[in-house]
Amino acid sequence: MSLPVIYVENLTRRFGDFVAVDHINFEVNAGEVVGYLGPNGSGKTTTIRMLLGLLEPTEGEATVLGFDAFKQTEEVRKRVGYMSQKFAIYDDLTVRENLTFYGGVYGITDKARIQATLELVGLKGHESTLTASLSTGWRQRLSLGIALVHEPKLLFLDEPTSGVDPTARRAFWDLIYELADSGVTILVTTHYMDEAEYCERVGVMRDGKLLAMDTPTNLKKSIITGDVWEVFVHPLEKGLEILSGLEGVERVGLAGDHLRVISSKVRKEAMLSLLSGGGLAVEKIERGEPTLEDVFLSLAR
Amino acid sequence: MNDYLVQASGLKKYFGPVHAVDDVSLQIKPGEIYGLVGSDGAGKTTTMRMLVGALLPTEGTISVCGFDLRHQVEQARSTMGYLSQRFSMYEDLTVLENIRFFAEIRGLSATEWLPRSMEILEFVGLDKFIDRRAGQLSGGMKQKLGLASALVTRPRLLLLDEPTTGVDPVTRQDFWQLVIKLVSARNGDGVSVIISTPYMDEASRCHRVGFMKAGKIITEGTPSNLRAQLAGRILELRGSPLHILRHVAHADPDVEDVAAFGDKLHIRVRADKAGLIMKRLPEEIKAAGGLLTELRAIPSTLEDVFIALSEDREFLPSPTL
Repeated sequence: MSLPVIYVENLTRRFGDFVAVDHINFEVNAGEVVGYLGPNGSGKTTTIRMLLGLLEPTEGEATVLGFDAFKQTEEVRKRVGYMSQKFAIYDDLTVRENLTFYGGVYGITDKARIQATLELVGLKGHESTLTASLSTGWRQRLSLGIALVHEPKLLFLDEPTSGVDPTARRAFWDLIYELADSGVTILVTTHYMDEAEYCERVGVMRDGKLLAMDTPTNLKKSIITGDVWEVFVHPLEKGLEILSGLEGVERVGLAGDHLRVISSKVRKEAMLSLLSGGGLAVEKIERGEPTLEDVFLSLAR
Repeated sequence: MNDYLVQASGLKKYFGPVHAVDDVSLQIKPGEIYGLVGSDGAGKTTTMRMLVGALLPTEGTISVCGFDLRHQVEQARSTMGYLSQRFSMYEDLTVLENIRFFAEIRGLSATEWLPRSMEILEFVGLDKFIDRRAGQLSGGMKQKLGLASALVTRPRLLLLDEPTTGVDPVTRQDFWQLVIKLVSARNGDGVSVIISTPYMDEASRCHRVGFMKAGKIITEGTPSNLRAQLAGRILELRGSPLHILRHVAHADPDVEDVAAFGDKLHIRVRADKAGLIMKRLPEEIKAAGGLLTELRAIPSTLEDVFIALSEDREFLPSPTL
């Protein structure tokens, strides 16, 4: 058995009275694509900053690629790549110049390596483009290239696709899986519930605590034990009121033009007769699929 | 009098050579939640800012509640509430002082503002916190105060520019409940909401959605209608090793898109080819040394639709009329 690439035990960070990261434990194995899901301020970036050795923990320990994250920071940083959400790329340099500059920071001067990295992230043909004129999606690729130029074994991606459109996001994830196939381990933070679906395993963070960590499928199976129903009824608000009072309903919420109901006991017929009996117009009641948002809402309760 | 609360046609906004908004038309009915969906730079915020009268269109016309935004901007504005992406409040003023400030600059009189503010604060659930300084509020409460400030003049149109980016799903759920209550409050005559978002799961909560890309609305419809465009064309695959499944799927000429999702793949197949592919893929995967354990058609998502449409636009010649 090989050692985990990331090993975290009771990791805790306080800022004054505020506990940003609260006794978290997890492991990430080689070649895994792991998501770290939570809203802004839940402790995701603080965790990554500790794993990068940029921030001392208040308690606990962490090893990254077998090195102590706090005592052997140089060893760690040589071997990991970090792509941050607000990464500075020089707008007035070209794509290649940016990559060459950041390669230099890591001591990479080999031109072939720079070119290979450009090709890896799909920027071939754009080498001489001025960075200022790149779209958000292409800038993201360049940031990724910069994080990869020293061929790290482990890549931290902090909110890598915020603000890009779904097409660019999917292309980006395709690239992430190519990297994972070549043996790079990847830890991605995100606050997008639907983006976390792309990961092999997902850790759910809230208020500094790691509430759960598993595959998206297992999280849904183990946490959403009830059935998901999509109830199309008019008027919605009245429907919400009636179903909230129905015994056995674990959760009911408004979802745009319908209600989303989670329950392991209540059957379709029961909802239908109760709503129709209350004088409401029921258009249809359909089975829905559980989402990671359902998981998060259940865990946050 | 027409049936639309908002009518915008041929909206364009050019910043020098940049066509931030390029021929956008919108018609919003009373009580409708309309989602403008797209990436950063797609033109969502520019569109919102023109609708709210903060930015003059290069071309095109807008009317809100029957007021022409070019000639009757004050009247039009009095019918709108706007919550911008970077909503600012006075952190050292209390909740009530903040909302009073917004009420008074919007012209509410000394006798009007208090009952109105209390009503709105109760609606958003901040009535118990009127004496708390805004700086001491949680993120979710700040957002509710922002919403309350936008609502204090009882607008008929509410514009929300990415209101829930980065917020806790629990807060987001609360926020949406408020928005939906707002539009369904007065049947047929409820508030209309235009909301911009980069989230597809948020888009699916809207009554109608317009996908924006490069300053244009590339398609528009209800979430169900949009999803129906790809009915039967999204398949889910499970098996191992996943990278073999992925490569085989990529190589199939009738597979248009492959997305890896941790322990499964979603593929989009050409129209009318699903049956064929469901027969062919298991064998192709077996021949490549992989094992397919599950293959089924699944409902398409708005994300699938957005991606399919974007590709059409980029790679296929546009139809000539």
